[in-house]
Amino acid sequence: MIKVENLVKAFGPKLAVNGVSFSVERGEVLGFLGPNGAGKSTTMRMITGFMPPTAGRVSVGGHDLAEHPIAAKRLIGYLPENAPAYTDMTVWGFLNFAAELRGLRGEAKRRAVMRAIEICFLDSVVHQSVDTLSKGYRHRTCFAQSIIHDPPVLILDEPTDGLDPNQKHEVRTLIRRMGQTKAIVFSTHILEEVDAACTRAIIIDRGQIVANGTPAELRQRSELAGAVAVSVQDTPASTVNQKLRELPTVKRTLVLREQPDVLIRAYPRAGGRNGELQASIYELAVRERWRLLELRTEEGRLDEVFRSITLPDTTRTVNETATP
Amino acid sequence: MPAPGSAAALPVAAGEHTGALHHIWAIAKRELGGYFASPVAYIFIVIFLVLIGFFTFNVGRFFLRNEASLNSFFMWHPWLYLFLVPAVGMRLWAEERRVGTIELLLTMPVTAWQAIVGKFLASWLFLGLALALTFPMIITVAYLGNPDAGAVFCGYLGSFLLAGAYLSVGSMTSAMTRNQVISFILSVVGCLFLVLAGWPPVTDALTWAPAWLLDLVASFSVMPHFESFQRGVLDLRDVVYFALVMVFCLFTTGVIIRSHRAG
Ligand SMILES: Nc1ncnc2c1ncn2[C@@H]1O[C@H](COP(=O)(O)OP(=O)(O)OP(=O)(O)O)[C@@H](O)[C@H]1O
Ligand SMILES: [Mg+2]
Repeated sequence: MIKVENLVKAFGPKLAVNGVSFSVERGEVLGFLGPNGAGKSTTMRMITGFMPPTAGRVSVGGHDLAEHPIAAKRLIGYLPENAPAYTDMTVWGFLNFAAELRGLRGEAKRRAVMRAIEICFLDSVVHQSVDTLSKGYRHRTCFAQSIIHDPPVLILDEPTDGLDPNQKHEVRTLIRRMGQTKAIVFSTHILEEVDAACTRAIIIDRGQIVANGTPAELRQRSELAGAVAVSVQDTPASTVNQKLRELPTVKRTLVLREQPDVLIRAYPRAGGRNGELQASIYELAVRERWRLLELRTEEGRLDEVFRSITLPDTTRTVNETATP
Repeated sequence: MPAPGSAAALPVAAGEHTGALHHIWAIAKRELGGYFASPVAYIFIVIFLVLIGFFTFNVGRFFLRNEASLNSFFMWHPWLYLFLVPAVGMRLWAEERRVGTIELLLTMPVTAWQAIVGKFLASWLFLGLALALTFPMIITVAYLGNPDAGAVFCGYLGSFLLAGAYLSVGSMTSAMTRNQVISFILSVVGCLFLVLAGWPPVTDALTWAPAWLLDLVASFSVMPHFESFQRGVLDLRDVVYFALVMVFCLFTTGVIIRSHRAG
């Protein structure tokens, strides 16, 4: 549904987006991650046709954004960053306006507005003016606007920003449910949301895609992924550590805890097969008659992957600005 | 026209055309609602009526003129509009950009010109409403004498077109900045140019300039066109002039908005 090819956006000499390509089909939810200023919002603005790209192509549902913008925009629902809304209108008026611009009229319009109000839990503020809404409600109002015409493509820029934990949960559930039939792209700074809602995630840094895969694949890129945590009782840490290091499958170890029981993490050698490390440690424990409390292969953590991919650059820019 | 593709594009284009008026109207309706959602609209109308009354009766000495015409009423419009119309036009796009709703509006399936025209029409209608509320003037004149109905109509039409021309300048300056005050000032300056370019006290002072230059600059001026309406002359060329000013300014508005988005 969404096809992005070599998208470039320059603001003056600065490249905010630099050669981004990806595609999203119906039934996919793409999580858009990246540090502040990475170019997430700029990419979304180009997909929704708000900004023309400096170079590259975007097409939505087969319509090229540059050639048939109106046809493409019909298919898109968009929640911009910071959820702007007309402050001089009521929630009801605002949603009706959005529905009208989406070409809905009469009974169809009324039903669409009612449906959006129900989905976004807005019934209590329907007749309230937008500028007196709390931040979360304003966000939900703008979100309601984006789904009012039940679009096949949804572009959501930080949809859970400013929502309370219950609403965050609701929105994630909603995104996952709608994602079964729609193509959704949403950006977020909350990594749990990637697991909770995405079928695929892209990490973008300084305008370029640095990682692209399912949440599980991304987690595999973590150093932690595949490491085995061993917990043993009644044996000194140094002994356990020594024996573990002697195993041919172990690259290095890290003692996490010595009291009241020993907890050590063993990292696998490169190319070690799945489960091989855990099996070899189990055999070792049996041989040495350790009282094994726990033996668990780590999954890897997204925040660690995120940091390891994007941190070096961030620290460098910090250093650059620190030394004039 | 390239043959392939154009056939397929036709039904879509036709559908969009029928939708255009619908979109413009939806945008205009929202904008008008926005004016009346706050007391600003009512305050504006009151100020407009009070000022126009003050100038007409106290400064223009309407009753002392002893004539059944609205000359002393209309003669103030170019000057009064100079401040009041930019006040209406300044928020058109500046506010939209400041709050960020422009991102919503322009990612809807509407074209930029539909949005520009819709917003412009709303403000113009609002100014038209304020102008229409001066109808007691007509009653007064009709009571005092026997005014030429055609001249009164021409006068109102000229005033309405003048308001539209000023407003289109306001739309343009409002797209330039997200600061309403700056937008207001730029717009006053732009409108002032339209007035002064052909105003005799100014053109007379510029005797040193070559005649052709004076004529060229003067041809931009609203004054001769406005005045011919006030004389009760309905000349198509005057109408075309105002239409051209509006089309040019609204077109420029579109160019400015596009250039912002291009970054
Ligand atoms: N209109 C603009 N003019 C100039 N520079 C801009 C403009 N919009 C964005 N930028 C720059 O482009 C870069 C990318 O911005 P963008 O808003 O896309 O980041 P982001 O990934 O959405 O960040 P965040 O997580 O903070 O929302 C930033 O460095 C920003 O300063
Ligand atoms: Mg952003």
